Amino acid sequence: MERIPILKMGRFLLVTIQVDMDDRLADTLQNDLTSRISQTGARGVLIDISSVDLVDSFIGRMLANVAAMARVLDAETVVVGMRPAVAITLVELGLSLPGIRTALDVDRGMKLLREALGDSTSADG
Amino acid sequence: MPQNTSISTLLTQHEGELLAAWLREQTASGARTMRVLGEQDARDQSARLIAAFRAGLASGSTDSVDGAEWEQAREVLSTVSRDGAQAGLTPGETALFVLSLKRPLFALLRRQAGTDAEALGEDMWTATMLLDRLAVYTTEVAQRTRDEIIQRQQAEMLELSTPVVKLWEGILALPLIGTLDSRRTQIVMESLLERIVETGADIAIIDITGVPTVDTLVAQHLIKTVNAARLMGTECIISGIRPQIAQTIVHLGVDLQGVVTKATLADAFALALAKSGRAVAGVAR
Amino acid sequence: MAEREVIPIVAEADVVHVRQRVRARATELRFSLVDQTKMVTAASELARNALTYGGGGSAQIEVLSAGKKQGLRVVFTDQGPGIPNIAEAMRDGFTTGNGLGLGLGGAKRLVNEFEIESAAGRGTRIAITRWT
Repeated sequence: MERIPILKMGRFLLVTIQVDMDDRLADTLQNDLTSRISQTGARGVLIDISSVDLVDSFIGRMLANVAAMARVLDAETVVVGMRPAVAITLVELGLSLPGIRTALDVDRGMKLLREALGDSTSADG
Repeated sequence: MPQNTSISTLLTQHEGELLAAWLREQTASGARTMRVLGEQDARDQSARLIAAFRAGLASGSTDSVDGAEWEQAREVLSTVSRDGAQAGLTPGETALFVLSLKRPLFALLRRQAGTDAEALGEDMWTATMLLDRLAVYTTEVAQRTRDEIIQRQQAEMLELSTPVVKLWEGILALPLIGTLDSRRTQIVMESLLERIVETGADIAIIDITGVPTVDTLVAQHLIKTVNAARLMGTECIISGIRPQIAQTIVHLGVDLQGVVTKATLADAFALALAKSGRAVAGVAR
Repeated sequence: MAEREVIPIVAEADVVHVRQRVRARATELRFSLVDQTKMVTAASELARNALTYGGGGSAQIEVLSAGKKQGLRVVFTDQGPGIPNIAEAMRDGFTTGNGLGLGLGGAKRLVNEFEIESAAGRGTRIAITRWT
């Protein structure tokens, strides 16, 4: 079964979504991330959607769920690289992705995560 | 068909004479084509058109000018139309260029026909029908070219009037000037979001000092853009809201939804600097 | 370019297929990127509805023309339970079952024309159109 790879970078997990996800793949990603956060004790999750050209309500909900579950597991989530067309569409749809921080790129996302965790001791957290 | 080859032969034998007569006709009729294109160019294109006309006639295909036999003629006319349109000729004027060939051509046909009225009638009909069709073709090309020019100019004007300026590292400003309509606002906002991604701006200031009035739709577009930027990870500040616009916003019941507003671009810039952890310090001179 | 194509919606992979075909046709018609994204997102929502609430159905994609303008129209049909109260379903925040609801109000905002026919026990038919 197809799975989206999750990379561990120090205290953070990085997910880069590069395929057109169907609902099943989105569910699998949600489960995989929750497991990995729990297993690794990661304090931050970066989801890179710079290659994603469509976020509908299902994917929006998936991202909100990941952020909520991560928080329960004491980790912060940042979604990075949202494309303008996607942002405009989400606003029109009325989806505000509550509880999700966003940043323009991975670097800024990491900076946000470090600030949220209250320190900047090492390069990748 | 015998008549057409006879016109064609006539053209071959008297090509030079016809060209000279036509050029005289163009000058005499005051048609702008010659002045606008320049004498040399007008002469070259006229000669090429007569040659192409002859070729089309010789092929025997005289029902329409759409076929391969008339491609040469269409090419000449496309060039004249496009060059003319760019130089400011109207579609009508380019059509007149083609139609002005009729008088010298008919004079030639009359001379050849002598007393054969029937043959003259046929020839003139064939010639006039073809020239009319070519004139229509010329008009269509000229019209299309003008439309393309206008569209290009509109796009350029839109770009010029919506510059996105980098005020500092990570801080962009979009000073809007003039009346905003729904469509223009949409385009401008989309381009702001693109620039935010391109330049990596943490803060974007939308300044509407130069905007006299704002209606509900425009206000809604502005708010949607601010929300979209926020979703992408960038904060927006709207500055330069005049008293009249503030009144309109309250009057229309538009909910600014927590968008930060500042009276002037300067205030907005100061806020942006503070938010990005910077301050302006005096330097001993 | 074919004028009309019908895509069955029977499994989750079909929702992605609908997205891809609508994207492809929108690109052919030279819609702006933002307009494309809006149309494809609306199609994704409605295709998913047809699958999860409608028990499966189909999407028919057609190209329309009106003078100089061209339009892309997608009609979603299913023989599911139908929507008893359409007005209520179109309100933002209306939910049946788990999650954010049918998303009909949102989908309507993403397109130029939105038509819906549905009744309890009689399936649902929704047509969305975007013009260039």
